[in-house]
Amino acid sequence: MSSTAREWREIPGRYNLKGSKCPECGKVFFPKRSMCPLCRRASIGKMIEYKVERKGTVYTYSVVYDVPEANKRMKPYVVGMIRTDDDILLTAQIVDVDPENVEIGMRVQAVLRKIDDDGPSGVIHYGFKFAPCE
Amino acid sequence: MRDVAIIGAGVTRFGELWDKSFRDIGVKAGMLAIGDAGLSGSEVDALFIGNMSAGRFINQQNIGAMIADYAGFALKHIPSTRIEAGAASGGIAFRQGVMAVASGMHDVVVVGGAEKMTDVDDASSNSILDSTADQQWEASMGATMASLFAMIARRYIHEGLATREEIASVSVNGHAHGALNPNAQFRKAIKLESVLRSGMVADPLGLFDCAPISDGAAAVILCPMDKAKEYTDNPVRVAASTQASDTLALFQRDSITSFASTRMAADRAFKTAKLSPSDISVAEVHDCYTIEGLMAAEDLGLYERGRAGKAFLEGQTLFDAGKVAINTSGGLKARGHPIGATGVAQIVEIAEQVRGTADKRQVKGARYGMALNLGGTGSAATVSILEGI
Amino acid sequence: MDVGIVSYGAYVPRYRITPEEIGKVWGENGKAMGKGLFIEQKSVPAPDEDVVTISVAAARAMMARTDVDPREIGALYVGSESHPYAVKPTSTIVAEAIEATPDLTAADMEFACKAGTAGIQVCMGLVGSGMIEYGVAIGADTSQGAPGDALEYSASAGGAAYLIGKKNIIAKINRTISYTTDTPDFWRREGQDYPSHGGRFTGEPAYFRHITNATQRLLADAGTKPGDYDYAVFHQPNGKFPTRVAAMMGFTEAQITKGLMTPYIGNTYSGAVPIGLASVLDIAKPGDRILVVSYGSGAGSDAFDITVTDRIRKYKREAAPTVEKIVSNVKYVDYATYAKFKGKIKMEE
Repeated sequence: MSSTAREWREIPGRYNLKGSKCPECGKVFFPKRSMCPLCRRASIGKMIEYKVERKGTVYTYSVVYDVPEANKRMKPYVVGMIRTDDDILLTAQIVDVDPENVEIGMRVQAVLRKIDDDGPSGVIHYGFKFAPCE
Repeated sequence: MRDVAIIGAGVTRFGELWDKSFRDIGVKAGMLAIGDAGLSGSEVDALFIGNMSAGRFINQQNIGAMIADYAGFALKHIPSTRIEAGAASGGIAFRQGVMAVASGMHDVVVVGGAEKMTDVDDASSNSILDSTADQQWEASMGATMASLFAMIARRYIHEGLATREEIASVSVNGHAHGALNPNAQFRKAIKLESVLRSGMVADPLGLFDCAPISDGAAAVILCPMDKAKEYTDNPVRVAASTQASDTLALFQRDSITSFASTRMAADRAFKTAKLSPSDISVAEVHDCYTIEGLMAAEDLGLYERGRAGKAFLEGQTLFDAGKVAINTSGGLKARGHPIGATGVAQIVEIAEQVRGTADKRQVKGARYGMALNLGGTGSAATVSILEGI
Repeated sequence: MDVGIVSYGAYVPRYRITPEEIGKVWGENGKAMGKGLFIEQKSVPAPDEDVVTISVAAARAMMARTDVDPREIGALYVGSESHPYAVKPTSTIVAEAIEATPDLTAADMEFACKAGTAGIQVCMGLVGSGMIEYGVAIGADTSQGAPGDALEYSASAGGAAYLIGKKNIIAKINRTISYTTDTPDFWRREGQDYPSHGGRFTGEPAYFRHITNATQRLLADAGTKPGDYDYAVFHQPNGKFPTRVAAMMGFTEAQITKGLMTPYIGNTYSGAVPIGLASVLDIAKPGDRILVVSYGSGAGSDAFDITVTDRIRKYKREAAPTVEKIVSNVKYVDYATYAKFKGKIKMEE
C-alpha cells in the first residue's frame, strides 16, 4: 500500500526524527509542521528544522496480535508511545525486548529498522523504532 | 435557523450480509426511513450519505450519485453528497442534513449511512480502518486502531481510572442490549469472563473488546419542525447537533485518557439544547473498542472521570436500570459497526427511544437522548441530542 | 601524515540459535558439529533487521564516539555479500541515516567476507591522498546458509563501522597489503538465495593459503614477527580456522582470543574481522600493536599492521557499548522461529 515517493519524502523524519520548531514560541513538533498551531500566521514560512532527542521513556504500549500483513513475521510485536527526553510524544514499535518485559516508564532509544516494503520486488522502507537503552 | 425534526428512521440488519451489495443495503435503509415517515419519496429534495471507504471496500467512489441513482432520485436530479470522517462519517452526515434543513436550504432531507465491509478480507479491512489514524506516523509505524485504543486502555488502568474488568463490562452491556435488538449483528448476551478470556487482539484488549466487521445501512428523514406534523404524529426534535475535531494522531494530544473533541462537542450540544447530562435518559456512545465507550461516558459528562467503569460493571447502564441507559442498540460491539452507517444508526436508536418505539429495549419515559459518534482516535467527534415530542 | 582509525562502532543482533538446535532439525549431531567448528551459537537478525539496519547501528555507534561532523565524511562504503538490494546501494541509506549526505561519494562493495576491509583500504587511499577528510568503511552481513548445509551452523549477522582519517586517530594503520588470486571456493550466483561452496576446497587452497601469504608478506614488509603483536585478528568463518592458522604461523592463543568473536556470534562474513578488531580496540592501550588479516572467498586477504595511539585515552569509547556488552544481550530462538525470522518459510505475498 506504499508509494515510493510518499515514503521517500519523509526520510528526514523517519531516519533522524527531524521535526519542526516554532521560532516565535519555541514549541517543538514531530512530525514536522509548516505552521505552529499556537502562533499560526506568525510562524508560516519560519518554522525551523528540529531534531528530536533519540532517547525517551515508554508512556504506554500494547502488544499487537492482530497484525498488519507487513508485520506478520514480527507477531506479536510491541507498539508504544514514547515520550522523548525533550518532551515529544510519538508512536513507534518497541523492539529487542520480550513483550512481557516492556513496562511504562522503561527507558528506550531510537534505532533504525525496516518498517515495511512494497512486496518482494518493491522498495524497502526504513524508519525509527525504539529499543531498550543500553 | 429553523428547528429540525426527524420524521422517519430505518435501519437494515447489521452483520455479514453476503447476498447484499452496497446498493442493496443503502437503498433498503432509505426505503425503510421513507416508509416510516409515510412519504412517497417525491418530497425529498436532498440526500446526504455518510460513508467511510467505499473506494477501498468496494472500489467505488462517487457514492452520493450511486445511492441517489439506485434510490430512484436520479430522474429528480436532487443534490446528493457523500460525507467522510472516518467512523464519524454517519454522524457528521446527519449534522450536514440538519444544517441544510435548519438553514432553510432544503425542506425534506434523507440522511443515510452505509458501509459494505465484507467484500474484502479481514487484513484489508483492518488496513482500511487503520487509515483513519495518522497513516504516515501511526499506522505505518505499526500502530493498528486496536493497539491505539489498547494503549489508551493501558493508561486508563495505569492511572487507576478503570480496571480491566470494568473496561470489559462495556462489551457485556452491549451484548445484553444486542440480545433485544432484532437488527443487531450479535443477539446474544455474554459473560464478563468471555470478554476477559477472548483471544488477544492488542493487549490488553481482546476480540470481545472490539467491534466486528459489518455490513449495514441506516437512514433518517429530516424536515423543518413546523412541518413535521404534516407527515407524522410522532416527530423527534433535533435539540442539538454539534461537532469538534482534534489532532489526527493520538500522540499529539496532551492527554490520551480523555478526548477533548468529545468534551467540546458535548459542551456545545448541552449549551445549544439548554440541557445538562442529568436530563439525558439514554445515550448511544461510540464503542468501537470497549475502552472507547467507557471513556465516552465520562467525556460526555454522564459519569465523573473514573466512575463510568463501575457503572458498566454493575449494570447501571442497562436499559431498565433506571439510570442513563447506554448503547441500548447493542452499541458498536453487539449491534455491529458498518463504519459509515454507525453514526446514523445511533440516531435511529435514540429517535426510537425518545419517541417510544424501541420495543423490548425501550427505556421508560425517555424524553432526551444523545448520540456520540467518533472518527479515528477522537480526531472527529459529533454529538446529537434528540427530544421526543 | 599518518592515516588511521578515528572511531569505530559495532552491532550484532540479539537473537541466537545453537548448533544443537539446528542439528536437531536435520538429523545431525549439532553439538558435535558446533564443537568441531568452535561455535557455541550464532546470531540471527530479527525480521526487521538487514544489512542496512545493522550498518546504520554500527555507524551510529561509531559517530556517537567522535565529535567529527558527519558532513566532513567524504566517502562511505558498505561491504557485504547480503545487501538487501541487488541494485540500489546500502551505502546511501547509511549515509542519510548518519546525516553525511549529500557531499560525499558512496558505494556498496562485495568481496565475500572481506568487503569491509577492502572498504578500509579504499578509505585509506582517499584520505592519504588528501581527496577526502574522512571516510567510512563498514563490513556487515546477514549471511545465509542453505537449510541443511554445513554453513547453516555458522552463517550469522552483524557488522562494524570504521571512520578513517588523519586527525585524532586512535589507531594508526602502519601499512596494509593484499594477497589476491582467482580461487572459486565459495560463491553465489545472481538471483540465488543461498551461496554454494567447494567443501574442503575452502580450506587449504583458499582460506589458509591467502591468510598465511598475506600475513607473511606483511610481516616481511614491516620487519615484524608474530611476537611483536599484542593482538591478532584473523578472518573467522568458524572458531577452528583462525585458531589453526594462528598456530601455524606462530601466534599464541592469548593474541587471538580477544578478537575471536565467531564462537559467540557465528560467522558474520564481512562483519567478522571488523567486529573482531572492534572487540580488540575496546580494551586496547596506547602502543598496542594489532595484526588484522581478513579473507574473502574468490579469493583474497587484506592484512593490516596497526598501532594504537595515545589518543585512545581521550576517546569516548563509553559513548557506545563494547562488543562484549553487545553480545551479552542474548535471546535464544528455536529453529522454527529462526526459519520464520530469516524468511525461510514461504509465506503468502
